Amino acid sequence: MNITEKILARASEKNTVSPDDIVFAKVDKVMVHDVSGPGVLKVFDKLQKQGIDTSKLHDPTKVWIAEDHFVPSAEKISAENIVKLSNFSKKYDIKKHFKYGMGQYGICHTLSHEEALVNPGDVYVGGDSHTNTTGALGAFACGLGHTDVAYVLLNGEIWFKVPETYYFKLNGKLPPHVMAKDFILNIIGDIGNDGGAYNTMQFGGTGIDEMSIESRLTLCNMTTEAGAKNGIIESDKKTVEYLNQRGATNVSEFHGDTDADYSKILEYEASELEPTVAKPFSPDNITVARELSSTELDKSYIGSCTGAKYEDLLAAAKILKGRQVKIRTEVLPAAISIYKRAVKDGLIEIFLDAGATVGPPTCGACCGAHMGVLAKDEICVSTTNRNFPGRMGHVESQTYLASPQVAAASAVTGKLTDPRDLN
Amino acid sequence: MIGNVIKYEQDNIDTDVIIPGTYLKIHDYNELATHAMEGLDPDFPSKVKDGDFIVAGKNFGCGSSREHAPIALSTCGIKAVIATSFARIFYRNSVDGAFLLPIEVDDETYHKIANSDQLEINIEKNEIKNITKNETYAIKPFSEIIAKIIAAGGLFKYKK
Repeated sequence: MNITEKILARASEKNTVSPDDIVFAKVDKVMVHDVSGPGVLKVFDKLQKQGIDTSKLHDPTKVWIAEDHFVPSAEKISAENIVKLSNFSKKYDIKKHFKYGMGQYGICHTLSHEEALVNPGDVYVGGDSHTNTTGALGAFACGLGHTDVAYVLLNGEIWFKVPETYYFKLNGKLPPHVMAKDFILNIIGDIGNDGGAYNTMQFGGTGIDEMSIESRLTLCNMTTEAGAKNGIIESDKKTVEYLNQRGATNVSEFHGDTDADYSKILEYEASELEPTVAKPFSPDNITVARELSSTELDKSYIGSCTGAKYEDLLAAAKILKGRQVKIRTEVLPAAISIYKRAVKDGLIEIFLDAGATVGPPTCGACCGAHMGVLAKDEICVSTTNRNFPGRMGHVESQTYLASPQVAAASAVTGKLTDPRDLN
Repeated sequence: MIGNVIKYEQDNIDTDVIIPGTYLKIHDYNELATHAMEGLDPDFPSKVKDGDFIVAGKNFGCGSSREHAPIALSTCGIKAVIATSFARIFYRNSVDGAFLLPIEVDDETYHKIANSDQLEINIEKNEIKNITKNETYAIKPFSEIIAKIIAAGGLFKYKK
């Protein structure tokens, strides 16, 4: 069995599972945020009317709450949703509630790794499609809707069809100025935005061994954009070290069998990859950044769970150091822990000196909700993960998805720019 | 189940156009319904009638896990979405929350069904009768667990 199969077999107390088997898997960790949390409460209301007991959660110690999509609250409905979350954690005695304005908080997927909330081998589900991100720690991490999350909260388990696994092998180390974002955009471009639908996308090979945990997180984050059930990377010493540094205890590696089966194996040579951009209006609509060098921009956005981890900010800062932005540029670290490190290491000063604005962690503009949404006809280069019509604001705005280096280089020139071409 | 078709000849109808991100803070089903399909067809809430079906191409509902998407459509009166394929979370949410039926058909059927056609969906027989055109099409059968959850009326009513 490969790692996904092995985790699902363990969690469903079976000796073996195969693709297409239906299992009820015991869930180790559950996440809700300020969109899915109130959604789950709405499901609880409906259940109560049907006479189903919602007075106790299966295990509140497995649950954690993030405030990320609509914080800081721009209007009263968002503010009320935050109050609902506070009441929720109080009522059900959920201790891990990361409140904005109270120490560590940030985007749910970023907290999952920054706070070492998920371990290799875990079954982790969240009320958000990019829950796939955390599979980079060697866990089965999968996004679900409100009803399914409500079911998990009350019953501690959920059904899954055991997915087929596509294995993406990266040979060699990524060249300078080419980032994990470029690799995953190339994969999505190759297989299409439903090319991984219902399946697992697993990453391995020497290029992945070389990669930092944060780069691996970028890969798994965007498996959602190919429709995958989960993205996953087998844990190694780096994973254990990363989690231990963030306060985890008793972390051990969890592996698939060495003779495991994969439905497909696709190989990539790292040396052949280039800075890549996904044009509007789909993450699979890719081209190399150089081909778009005449595309004029209104804004550069460096934020989100995909593109505002520490190394993303560091990569952008290296480009922006001593330079000036020519277009509106917004940098939003994905969690307070990352923000603090960026302050300490001088990155925030570099952004501010370059003329960029630095904001607090939020999903706001990435999902077109608040804090920097796009106007009609505005064009943005963004380190985020989606560029559907209206994703970041007006339905006639445009978003080009790119790496933090491309977003930073483009901020300097005002046009889509390959970082290798910056003077 | 009999209803009329609202057809979008388009693949990849994503959750951002079904219910734009700015409305994710809203959890009142009736209010969500007033914004259904806003990113693609702002007239949708005014033209949809209770019992209607949406027909579309592949990968319907791709993108986010927002349950707001099937909620908005079903609160508008949509009883089924007929598409050549579905994104997984939209599919799960539709079935587990018992909001609407996600019906998979082949490309040929998708092309044959026209806007405003009256259809009768029969999931016991796995077929769609096009009353307007007097044609019958096959439905891709539901997997066993999906069929059972639909029959139960959603995941919470399903007994393992």
